[in-house]
Amino acid sequence: MKPRLLELRQAVLDKNDQLAHALRRQFKAAGVLAVNLVSSPGAGKTALLEETLRRMQARGWRVAALVGDLATENDARRLARSGAPVRQIETGALCHLEADLVARRLEGWQLDDFDFLFIENVGNLVCPSDYDLGEAARAVLLAVTEGEDKPRKYPPLFHSADLVLLTKLDLAAAVEFDRNAALASIQAVAPHATIFETSARTGAGIDDWINYLAARRRDLNRDV
Amino acid sequence: MHELSIAYDLVEIADEAARKAGAARVRTVHLRLGAMAGVVADALRFSFSIAAGGTLVAGAELVIEPVAVQVCCDVCAQPRVLEAPFVFRCPVCKQPVFTLIQGREIQIESIEIEESEAESQAESEEKLDETTPS
Ligand SMILES: Nc1nc2c(ncn2[C@@H]2O[C@H](COP(=O)(O)OP(=O)(O)OP(=O)(O)O)[C@@H](O)[C@H]2O)c(=O)[nH]1
Ligand SMILES: [Mg+2]
Ligand SMILES: [Zn+2]
Repeated sequence: MKPRLLELRQAVLDKNDQLAHALRRQFKAAGVLAVNLVSSPGAGKTALLEETLRRMQARGWRVAALVGDLATENDARRLARSGAPVRQIETGALCHLEADLVARRLEGWQLDDFDFLFIENVGNLVCPSDYDLGEAARAVLLAVTEGEDKPRKYPPLFHSADLVLLTKLDLAAAVEFDRNAALASIQAVAPHATIFETSARTGAGIDDWINYLAARRRDLNRDV
Repeated sequence: MHELSIAYDLVEIADEAARKAGAARVRTVHLRLGAMAGVVADALRFSFSIAAGGTLVAGAELVIEPVAVQVCCDVCAQPRVLEAPFVFRCPVCKQPVFTLIQGREIQIESIEIEESEAESQAESEEKLDETTPS
């Protein structure tokens, strides 16, 4: 019974990373900009997407959405009202989406038919951060009702954001939202992130974020 | 709690590698864990002991080597270490930093295995073969 050391040097999430890379290549080849939306439960992912899908379709973009949820199909039903193709990913006990769940749920869809794919992650500020879904951009939402210092409390997730959306701006005054403190807190952990200030209720900032996505999609096509 | 998912992946990798090597069991798993990986070491240790059940990894010790957050400051053109709570500013020149060098890894470095009798024997026979002039 002699012990022996085996060198492995392997990322524990290697399987997920490989799958995510394959998805990223597929999205790019099909000219689809994939966006992974992450936030704490109830920060407004579905509301933002409802408004985004509606407006983007009105502009002639072909959009689709996958929505991860522990239990219900409510979010998928809300999003489907926009008329866009929407599929639910029921995660069961899983607190985050993984690349293979996304890949499996995409089966039967022709990626060439889409310009944008939105993936609403499970509401959670911790678990989704390590799981690449093959997205071109990761959007992290922070509602004005959540407290300005959330980004400092959850640096791994906020640091992984390409963009941060402040949401529910229409409630800012009611909760005495300190805008400067929130911006400083985002910049402290994600100085690279583009920030949008939005309200799904009033529509504020939604077109800015749509324009940003359209520009990102042009970049995606440029270096295919 | 994604520590359980990660523990299952970790055990699967260790178990598979041990099986391939013909090991009887895994004694120790060495893991490098970044301070910004978003994984709680104690929760991972606890999850690991559960996930290991019924595999060659059962009863193995999980040794976690913490990896500090290191960034590169473009202004100083120097690598810098960040301490928690993490603020992505250079600790020396106070400018924002955009490049993460390390600190997010969840990496299995190595495993210590115990070889089965048969395997050890096979190996010593192999060695014998090698030394036997043909
Ligand atoms: N006033 C106001 N309320 C909002 C806004 N966006 C979302 N809400 C409300 O906030 C609550 C949660 O919104 P959702 O869009 O379901 O949030 P979510 O992030 O998708 O939630 P989960 O999927 O459960 O994590 C709902 O009651 C929404 O009506 C907004 O811009 N303004
Ligand atoms: Mg939702
Ligand atoms: Zn510096």
